[in-house]
Amino acid sequence: MESRSGDREGEEEQHRRVPLRERPEWSDVTPLPQNDGPNPVVPIQYTEDFAEVTDYFRAVYVADERSPRALALTDEAIQFNSGNYTVWHFRRLILESLKIDLHSELGFVERMAAGNSKNYQMWHHRRWVAEKLGPEAGNIELEFTKKILSIDAKHYHAWSHRKWVLQSLGGWEDELNYCTELLEEDIFNNSAWSQRYFVITRSPFLGGLKAMRESEVLYTIGAIEAYPENESSWRYLRGLYKGETTSWVNDPQVSSVCLKILRTKSNYLFALSTILDLICSGYQPNEDIRDAIDALKTTDMDKQNSDVDDIGDQKILNMAGSICSILEQVDPIRVNYWIWRKSRLLPST
Amino acid sequence: MGELATEKHVRYILSVEKRKDNFESVVMEHLRINGAYWGLTALDLLGKLDTVDVDEVVSWLMSCLHESGGFGGNVGHDPHILYTLSAVQVLALFDKLDVIDVDKVTNYIVSLQNEDGSFSGDMWGEVDTRFSYIAICCLSILHRLEKIDVEKAVKYILSCKNMDGGFGCTPGGESHAGQIFCCVGALAITGSLDLVDKDLLGWWLCERQVKSGGLNGRPEKLPDVCYSWWVLSSLTMIDRVHWISKEKLIKFIIDCQDTENGGISDRPDDAVDVFHTFFGVAGLSLLEYPGLKPIDPAYALPVDVVNRIFFTK
Repeated sequence: MESRSGDREGEEEQHRRVPLRERPEWSDVTPLPQNDGPNPVVPIQYTEDFAEVTDYFRAVYVADERSPRALALTDEAIQFNSGNYTVWHFRRLILESLKIDLHSELGFVERMAAGNSKNYQMWHHRRWVAEKLGPEAGNIELEFTKKILSIDAKHYHAWSHRKWVLQSLGGWEDELNYCTELLEEDIFNNSAWSQRYFVITRSPFLGGLKAMRESEVLYTIGAIEAYPENESSWRYLRGLYKGETTSWVNDPQVSSVCLKILRTKSNYLFALSTILDLICSGYQPNEDIRDAIDALKTTDMDKQNSDVDDIGDQKILNMAGSICSILEQVDPIRVNYWIWRKSRLLPST
Repeated sequence: MGELATEKHVRYILSVEKRKDNFESVVMEHLRINGAYWGLTALDLLGKLDTVDVDEVVSWLMSCLHESGGFGGNVGHDPHILYTLSAVQVLALFDKLDVIDVDKVTNYIVSLQNEDGSFSGDMWGEVDTRFSYIAICCLSILHRLEKIDVEKAVKYILSCKNMDGGFGCTPGGESHAGQIFCCVGALAITGSLDLVDKDLLGWWLCERQVKSGGLNGRPEKLPDVCYSWWVLSSLTMIDRVHWISKEKLIKFIIDCQDTENGGISDRPDDAVDVFHTFFGVAGLSLLEYPGLKPIDPAYALPVDVVNRIFFTK
């Protein structure tokens, strides 16, 4: 992750941290050291500052002191260790007790996120704040996640938060465009494809999967043609026909894009596996597809199947077998998977 | 190919974090219990659990037990379901489950189930399929699975299933190998694996193997030793582990060892830590690497420990 902004870093350099034990406002508190028990299993050497902050935190926590200074202390404690659930919990208790304006808390989370945004506690805290602020926070939250995603477009926490925001606070209107934007930047971004599927299946404005299928199929086929080696776009295409295998098998657009890619003879792994899936679901390949597949066979490949003048089902079965043989060669790391697929083609006796 | 530096890993785990001012040691303080689980389970798989003083570990663990019945990550920390499972797993390793008040721990976990069947991690309500797994795994070890609404719990997990066959953290969440382990593990423990589309999920999981032999957690992400556990255990649970190249994965994990000082890292030449050391060893165990105890893919505990829990008494 990117580190915090340059400004802040400079600021911190200038103001050297004053230990709590030297600050007058903390003179009445006796820090409470961690009791690690006898010879702990995973011994830990604490850094001095971290240990001090934690010891003071323990003291205010045990005394249940919900004061401005305790709030400031949680800030410091979280900066040292943003993974500690207890500190975040206590911070929320203080925020509630002191009736703090939660808009300022958004700024606090943003500062924390600038340091380390891959942290469950921070995101849960953010959601708690956004939930309290209600729908007015919707846009702020979408912008916040957008900022994080502009640094790391596959940030799992940011995407989870964004999905929650859309469902709880709204803001769906622009989301499909946002997905398109991100996919233009990186068509391999599986998170953006996942979000796109989320939007077309759940947005209250788009009419659902069926209503979106036609335009989405066009979009996805364009993406596949540009980068046929993209696992995400192929899976998305299949997802567009979820629960409607017959439409998928019968849609000429699906077999056409496969054929087009097979004919290029490069990056055709997913096109070929899609044809295999189609055949297994009852698709009857035409001569063009058959020729394209034959053209991919290597000379040493078992050709016996295609030499015979088979008819009907047997012919298709043999073609599926050839597809598996090709995939065994071009995808050797998963050779066992393709062998298994081939074994499933054998007519049961 | 090199070999697993067993002795060095044992020494590394036993001496972990003795270096001063180490960043990892600072952030580990609150998840000491998780660290104990990773380290001790790895030691057991390596056949060296007997080098640990059981009474010391157990008395420290018990000092992390909160009056609510949940465990904190360390002494004086708030309870969380994450630490509660690790504590129960460590007690199971040592055959010391009798030191806890099972009903109390059970009640804590039961209290975290929500109306829709999902589980929160603690009283603050963060919901995630990770917590569904933890609750189900923990209660199963305690023989108290019937105390929650299993049917609803399973239904919630299935609502997080995606069109690629995988699972996310909440409904509609992107498929992620870590979440898939949790969901498949929970379904395995509750006897609901028939509800998984094994062929579709199996294909997605075996697509996670990249050229170097390592596994990633999502498409187009870098491989990482921790997925040797999450992807592999999921593939094992759905009987599809032979779909990936075992030899290449073993080589990848072996290449992530620090052969000088012990420990395993996320990728070759990175710094080692106890988390990746556990997942590397656990992955090798699932791959039937010689000299390691077999691990159960759903409970993430050695098979003999799981057998002791369910087949004795």
